[in-house]
Amino acid sequence: MEHSPPPFFKRGPTPLVRLLLCSLLSAALLISDARYQFLDGIRQAVAIVAYPLQRAAAAPAAMLHRVGEFFVTQSALRNENAQLAEQRLQDAAALQRYRALAAENAHLRELLAMHQRFPESTVVAEVLYTGRDPFTRKIVVDKGAQQDIKAGRPVIDQIGVVGQVTRVYPWLAEVTLITDKGQAVPVQNLRNGLRAVLGGTGSDGQIELKFIPLNADFQNGDELVTSGIDGIYPPGLPVAIVSNVERNAAYLFARITGRPIAGVSSHGQVLILNSDIKVPERPAEEEPPPRPKKSRRGG
Amino acid sequence: MQPRDIAPHEILLPVKPAFIAFTLITALIVNFLPWSGPLLAMKPDFVALVVLYWCIQQPHKLGFAAAWLMGLMMDVADGSLLGQHALAYSVLAFAGIVLHRRVLMFTMRNQILHVIPILLLNDLIVLVIRRLAGADFPGFSYFAGSLIAAALWPVMCFLLKLPQRPSPGPDNV
Repeated sequence: MEHSPPPFFKRGPTPLVRLLLCSLLSAALLISDARYQFLDGIRQAVAIVAYPLQRAAAAPAAMLHRVGEFFVTQSALRNENAQLAEQRLQDAAALQRYRALAAENAHLRELLAMHQRFPESTVVAEVLYTGRDPFTRKIVVDKGAQQDIKAGRPVIDQIGVVGQVTRVYPWLAEVTLITDKGQAVPVQNLRNGLRAVLGGTGSDGQIELKFIPLNADFQNGDELVTSGIDGIYPPGLPVAIVSNVERNAAYLFARITGRPIAGVSSHGQVLILNSDIKVPERPAEEEPPPRPKKSRRGG
Repeated sequence: MQPRDIAPHEILLPVKPAFIAFTLITALIVNFLPWSGPLLAMKPDFVALVVLYWCIQQPHKLGFAAAWLMGLMMDVADGSLLGQHALAYSVLAFAGIVLHRRVLMFTMRNQILHVIPILLLNDLIVLVIRRLAGADFPGFSYFAGSLIAAALWPVMCFLLKLPQRPSPGPDNV
């Protein structure tokens, strides 16, 4: 430019320069977030600013829900009450059996000197909202680091596995659902004990089993439960039901899809299993045997 | 003689910075509402729309820093990659600031035609970043939100201009 404006018209750098600056900053953030997870500090700080807004946004829905609850008719309540009483009777019988079994199990485990496997401490969390990112499957719940939630905890509802806590903020936590594309759960076929790794497909209500050989014995309707070999999910939690098995000799692996048992995309409350599962220490890596030194002269 | 497609220019009161901040925070809250199901798929990005509006109407009041920070808030609240919305909103602010003189010359219908490609570009940037990070293409319904947002442009212009209209008193006839 040959004619620069007089100093009283100066408005700082041009839009293009500002855009370049912002883009560079964003790119730096993106790369450092995607490659090396060292931006948790920034994320936490921004999360604290965003938290009141998030709660404010969740408030109207919660209020509507409460108002709706207030206007439930008496007959509906009575029906529900009768149903619950009946359910309670049935459960009481099951519970008594369970107590006897648990006592017996504890005794047997003591005899075998094994650790308790199932975690005791659980936290009930309310789902604030489902993630709005169309590329991932996540929910945000209202319990966080203040309630001692840690990343990696499994999350279940009353019927099965929902997902896993992947990121913890002071008062919120992000749960990645098992239908997310990057989420994997080690499972076991309840019918025959075959182990497999289950992964999300990125679409709601569908999961798939990964790397299953063509001849593996999986059928439609097989129930998959967590196998517990990862030390994250306690064993025996229902995860999914196989709904489609496709064996095509042209591919290396069978294509097995299923649907999650838990209401993965529709729930108000979830349970976070909040205690470490005691797993035996990983055996130390064996030292590779020292390679024989090459010597020119045989000795 | 005036061509038909040029909008009559309105004389408005100066905008208060507090009002800009209020609209941005409201847009964030609306974005944070618990959208779900098919509504979520068609949800317009209100923050993008409001940022674009202020960049076109008041390019000296709202700039890149604000747009970038709004993007950062969206990234943290969505739990997505840190920086994807920040980058997209920066480009949005750039388009708004560069085109503001041009867009304001047009009538509302033609303004929408300007807004659509800018919002689609915003979506496209996020899409490209997520594809680079290894996500799947979520289908063309992903762009529906931007078209709906563009359709909301006249409504939003009307609402956001309300506090700037001089009150019709006997003195301002």
